[in-house]
Amino acid sequence: MLHIKCPYCGMRSQNEFSYGGDASVKRPELNKEISDEEWDNFVYNRKSPRGKHLELWQHLSGCRQWIKVERDTATHEIFNTYKADEEIS
Amino acid sequence: MTQIFRLENGGLINRDKKLSFKFNGKTYYGYEGDTLASALIANGVHLVGRSFKYHRPRGFFGAGVDEPYAIVQLYRNNETEPNIKATEQELFEGLEAKSVNCWPSVNFDIGAINNFLKIFLPAGFYYKTFMWPKSFWYRIYEPFIRKAAGLGVASTKHDKERYEHKYEYCDLLIAGSGPSGLASAYAAAKNGARVILAEDKPRFGGSLLTSDVNIGNQSGKDWANGIIAELKEMPNVVVKNRSQVFGYYDHNMLVMSEKVSDHLPKTKKHHPKQRLWYIRAKEVLISSGSIERPIVFGNNDTPGVMLSSAAKEYLKVYGVLVGKNPLVFTNNDSGYETAIEFKKNGINPIILDSRVNPQSEIIDEAINLGIKIKFSYVVVAAQGYKKVRSADIAKISDNKKQLGTIENIKCDCICVSGFWTPTIHLASQSGNKTKFKEEIDAFVPGTSKQNETTLGAANGIFTLEETLKSSFTAGQDLSKKITNKDNKISFPNVVEKISSQHDKFWCVPLPKGKNYKRFLDFQNDVAVSDIEIALKEGYRSIEHVKRYTTLGMATDQGKTSNLNGLQLVSDIENKVVPAVGHTTFRPPYTPISIGAIVGREVGKHSKPTRKSPMHSWHEKNNAVFVDAGVWLRPRYYKQGNENLFEASKREAKNVRTNVGVCDVTTLGKIDIKGPDAAELLNRVYTNAWLKLPVGKARYGVMLREDGIVMDDGTTTRISENHYHMTTTTAQAANVLSHLEYYLQVVWPELNVNVVSTTEQWAGAAIAGPKSRKLLKKLFPNNDVSNEGLPFMGYKESELFGVKARIFRISFSGELAYEVNVESDNGQFMWEKIIELGQEFQVQPYGTEALSTLRIEMGHVAGSELDGRTISYDTSLEGLISKKKDFIGKRSLNREAFTSGDRQKIVGVVPLDKKTSIPEGSHLVRDAKAPLPNKKLGHISASCWSVEYDNPFSLAILKDGKNMIGEKLFVMSPLKNKVIPVEIVSSHYVDPKGERVRS
Ligand SMILES: [Zn+2]
Repeated sequence: MLHIKCPYCGMRSQNEFSYGGDASVKRPELNKEISDEEWDNFVYNRKSPRGKHLELWQHLSGCRQWIKVERDTATHEIFNTYKADEEIS
Repeated sequence: MTQIFRLENGGLINRDKKLSFKFNGKTYYGYEGDTLASALIANGVHLVGRSFKYHRPRGFFGAGVDEPYAIVQLYRNNETEPNIKATEQELFEGLEAKSVNCWPSVNFDIGAINNFLKIFLPAGFYYKTFMWPKSFWYRIYEPFIRKAAGLGVASTKHDKERYEHKYEYCDLLIAGSGPSGLASAYAAAKNGARVILAEDKPRFGGSLLTSDVNIGNQSGKDWANGIIAELKEMPNVVVKNRSQVFGYYDHNMLVMSEKVSDHLPKTKKHHPKQRLWYIRAKEVLISSGSIERPIVFGNNDTPGVMLSSAAKEYLKVYGVLVGKNPLVFTNNDSGYETAIEFKKNGINPIILDSRVNPQSEIIDEAINLGIKIKFSYVVVAAQGYKKVRSADIAKISDNKKQLGTIENIKCDCICVSGFWTPTIHLASQSGNKTKFKEEIDAFVPGTSKQNETTLGAANGIFTLEETLKSSFTAGQDLSKKITNKDNKISFPNVVEKISSQHDKFWCVPLPKGKNYKRFLDFQNDVAVSDIEIALKEGYRSIEHVKRYTTLGMATDQGKTSNLNGLQLVSDIENKVVPAVGHTTFRPPYTPISIGAIVGREVGKHSKPTRKSPMHSWHEKNNAVFVDAGVWLRPRYYKQGNENLFEASKREAKNVRTNVGVCDVTTLGKIDIKGPDAAELLNRVYTNAWLKLPVGKARYGVMLREDGIVMDDGTTTRISENHYHMTTTTAQAANVLSHLEYYLQVVWPELNVNVVSTTEQWAGAAIAGPKSRKLLKKLFPNNDVSNEGLPFMGYKESELFGVKARIFRISFSGELAYEVNVESDNGQFMWEKIIELGQEFQVQPYGTEALSTLRIEMGHVAGSELDGRTISYDTSLEGLISKKKDFIGKRSLNREAFTSGDRQKIVGVVPLDKKTSIPEGSHLVRDAKAPLPNKKLGHISASCWSVEYDNPFSLAILKDGKNMIGEKLFVMSPLKNKVIPVEIVSSHYVDPKGERVRS
């Protein structure tokens, strides 16, 4: 079970969180003309990298905040966690 | 004469407390502190079971967790448990055990015929033979295997024992209480670190209990007892025996199984049987020691052949002799320690040492004691069927290839020592890259991935002094980092005998003309010849060889067999062991009971139960409840001898003719506030929301981004920037997360807050033609006329002094209202409705009637919004705004979603107007068409229409739009039903929706 540092609550067990997928995906703006391909990429297509992955988690049984977690998909190492609106350099 | 193999004195057992127990129906005696194994051996019982494949006789091989043979069916306090290791089960008064895997009995076993047919059962036998001919499988192989194979029998009764889970955090978790565990725990504890020290056996001390060493002028055992006593007194230390750390998971979380009551005849009141600990440790010290490795020779599975360290443990801990005429076969000095213990107790062992001319202190001691030693000698084969009677021995050439003349010597047990294998399972599970250590011919932990350090024998360090030094240092250094304290501990003086080099020799060659089975894996009956066949047939990867031969796949996970298997593969392949690599170690290290894994989450405790504030009223009024998610909802209110069908029909009919009241507290409720609340709703729902006036409700449908309907419900504008959203009971949690996601991640610029208020409001739906009259009675000071409170209107009011919200919304299709009050007033509201409704013949109705009412009205619910349907399919496309964008809109122009013959909701009526249609049935055009019969759609919900008094169903049907009036068949192979039906409109009752507006 992973141990995730919620930026609001501190170190918490994985079973308090739910997984939200790739955090780098950006929803196309509303009312914007976009191609089928762009839309499909947003809705369906995800990379499945081995290694560093920036992903969303929600601290469901805690503060209910969506947070960003930088995790290694192979080793589960967590490098850093961020608030949802935090800029990541 | 009982316990004829028990010594007069000695051992750590309590001789003042004699215990009786039964094995295979016969009564024996042992002592408190015995294991079932030690007590049986004390009584001269060496035959305990039959092997898995060949049903060869099985005795005892080890004295603990590594035991591959002695697996029994245990009976305790009227319960039975399979696959218990006799070497781990502590004896208690009245214990009963039986052999497993033998039929009809341990002494006469039909399956042993496999032993004589063994030429037909080589590696891969199960894969190859049972493939052909196919008909043989069902008639012959399968029944035979079912009868003969398998281990114990699981109880089919409900397990009445209690199992607990515990979550714990600590600075250092130390797995194993041998010298390295004790030293590191002591040093860390002295530095103030929070320490958990776990020992799987009942006694602490590990190898110190049996080895002839001296620490700080005390025996190893006394030193260990002193340290444990001191640790137990320290507030920062938890010391646990009978506790096996069996799994090492991510982020330094380990799981430990504590056997709290298994050693007692009966679990004490308020105690669990077992406790599972989830431990998050800052640092983990693995002090799991090592397991002795066998040497492989002919018939080495005969009862009486066992590990030399086990023989020593039976002697020193239990005061039990495994034989009175022992032969010790060794390739290192450890066998000598066992021989010396025998000699000290008046037994004359013979030592066969495969080495040419080894020299060490302990060998000198054995010689001085007058023990007979034969160097360059090996055991070629054990003789005897149910117990060793003699051994064929021979001189072996220096290159270990040629055997000399075979001699036969009498013996009643063969104690084998093939050197030591570090127990690296936990380190390996943590992700440690293990490495092969040539000097000890075994794998040891390499680079740590997590915060884990392996100490002592588990790390391939076999001298006590080095073990203690490195363990004190590790405990000190690691705790210092955490507590910033640095308590120096003076290192005790250590006296031990230094061993000479072991012999790199683990498999005795076959003598000419003999084809003895030489076993590697004792539990799964994998022999040297099986590995040879696997390699001959082209299997190379050790993972493949493992699966093909089942080497190391038994319940002991190859604790005694893995390295010898690797050695053999590397010898045949002319590779070195590290190049072959070892198979992956996975948790659990030892089998864990299902009860412990499940813990207390059984039956009613498997999930929380939510009850509405009106629950006790429902109970008092004969409600029959149904699980709706985690909620308990009244399904119907039983009157007299009514069944479900009769009651729900009565309740639904009463709604259509008079007025009914339904507890709708379970509906999800979300409070939405903020200046951008309308904008959020406008983006979330498919229809327009910006112009909804204050005091009005609107029905809305929300999609996922892929265009599939997610949920529906009404949302009411309470005030300018305040909305009250309702969701279905099932989707309440998902919808809240969905809104939070868009507000926090996608559109953080929207100034809106959302919070669940499901539990804050109690809800009652008042439905039926007389509902307005009832409402007038409830709210006499309000204008609830059709003009004063029109359809989809909203009013805040007071219900006899209690704050109330009135929504004019309807799920039943009748004139209806929903009244919400704060939860604490729910019961009051409900009773008022019932009381004042008497004159209008009000009746409560449950979920079954609720379903009937919505189905015949064609209102969709969870069974139609099933995660596969879009708005069009459920006839909700009229709510899709063309003017604005919303979540999932861009997906709606996908080809499949716009095709002309797209599925759509329809109504289904049986032609005979009598036969009920099972939900989930398929709709087909031709009932007699050959299989697979093309499915046109499925029945999503069924009811008995109270309006027309005949069955009615909703279905999602291909090209449903153009199917009205068609005659089709409903097929339910599950219920063996074929029903001719007519397709009608899904709006079976009041298609124009006049009643709700009346
Ligand atoms: Zn949090």
